[in-house]
Amino acid sequence: MYTQGLDQSGKGDPGARGEETAAQLDVFQARIDAEEKIEAKDWMPEAYRRTLIRQISQHAHSEIIGMQPEGNWLTRAPTLKRKAILLAKVQDEAGHGLYLYSAAETLGVSRDEMVGDLLSGKAKYSSIFNYPTLTWADIGAIGWLVDGAAIMNQIPLCRCSYGPYSRAMVRVCKEESFHQRQGYELMLTLCRGTAEQKAMAQDALNRFWWPALMMFGPNDASSSHSAQSMAWKIKRFSNDELRQKFIDVTVPQAEFLGLTVPDDKLTFNKESGHYEHSDIDWQEFFDVIAGNGPCNKQRMAKRRKAQDDGAWVREAARAHAEKKAARSAAA
Amino acid sequence: MSKQEWPLYEVFIRSHSGLSHRHAGSVHAADDEMALSNARDTYTRRSEGVSIWVVRSDQIIASDPAETAAFFEPAEDKIYRHPTFYEIPDEVENL
Repeated sequence: MYTQGLDQSGKGDPGARGEETAAQLDVFQARIDAEEKIEAKDWMPEAYRRTLIRQISQHAHSEIIGMQPEGNWLTRAPTLKRKAILLAKVQDEAGHGLYLYSAAETLGVSRDEMVGDLLSGKAKYSSIFNYPTLTWADIGAIGWLVDGAAIMNQIPLCRCSYGPYSRAMVRVCKEESFHQRQGYELMLTLCRGTAEQKAMAQDALNRFWWPALMMFGPNDASSSHSAQSMAWKIKRFSNDELRQKFIDVTVPQAEFLGLTVPDDKLTFNKESGHYEHSDIDWQEFFDVIAGNGPCNKQRMAKRRKAQDDGAWVREAARAHAEKKAARSAAA
Repeated sequence: MSKQEWPLYEVFIRSHSGLSHRHAGSVHAADDEMALSNARDTYTRRSEGVSIWVVRSDQIIASDPAETAAFFEPAEDKIYRHPTFYEIPDEVENL
């Protein structure tokens, strides 16, 4: 669900292989401008390939790490229905990770390489998953706000110039709507419940509002590589445009719940038709990205442990497959 | 990290009987059987299919995109293969 446009350091020295001519680049840009999709084996600039590998794998890692905050509540969901829903959602996140790894692999990077980069800390994932899920209401807030922000980001990615990525995103977006609606319905149930339940919902909104806004990535002014991604039609809207869209649709949803968005400067500007809000605490954002959020270490430790604990299973499956193949060859 | 990555399989799904199989994506699996169940779990969680094909990615033979123009060139100049090539007077109906 979650690309963030952080880590846009893809200096990507075009022509690293010294083979890219101006003519090739022109033909490529003309294809992009004509809204043609680029497919896996087509010629593409090395920087385009690297930007995509970075963005798609980062997106995939986010899906995989994103299973943890919600997985935290699987055994404590209040009813069997909620538990089944949450299980389905967490399974979807795994699925989204797999669609995306599969799309990234078409660019010539191996699954193991990508997983290795995540585990070594070289590759990033969305900052939002470094926040803890302290109460059951957080599961509602994640579905409503985090998946809501993700949808804003991802709908335009369905039209991304790279065919395999755009097709994966179409699939993801179809499933994402269930995620957001179940989250909002969960919040609605709490808000219509006891005063204590409503307070729990308000507390979850208080903690997740700002981190959700940060999901769109840095302000346009400090997002240096956006322009190139726009020209390549990997990105269709700027970080700030998407963030504004999200705020505009989400504030009325909070009002319907009877909850207060934790921003005392939030006002609706009738002329522009948009909400105005306080500045985002970018220091917090950069701290979380740098590995110093509340849960970064826990998330990575858990992911590494899962990878290590599963090693014998992967090896056994491979050994079994080899044995079976040898047997059928002998028969 | 696994010492060696499981092979990659391409996944094709028939969404309803009457339609052809369509490429959905890929999965890694140790063998064919696992590829089928991984494909089911990854690509048909909401009943998106009635039939799945999986095939090892390294077994697919594909045309070369760099040669697209030359490869498909033989069809380019044969406009007489299209019905619009033939001029038929308007009075002639049902043709």
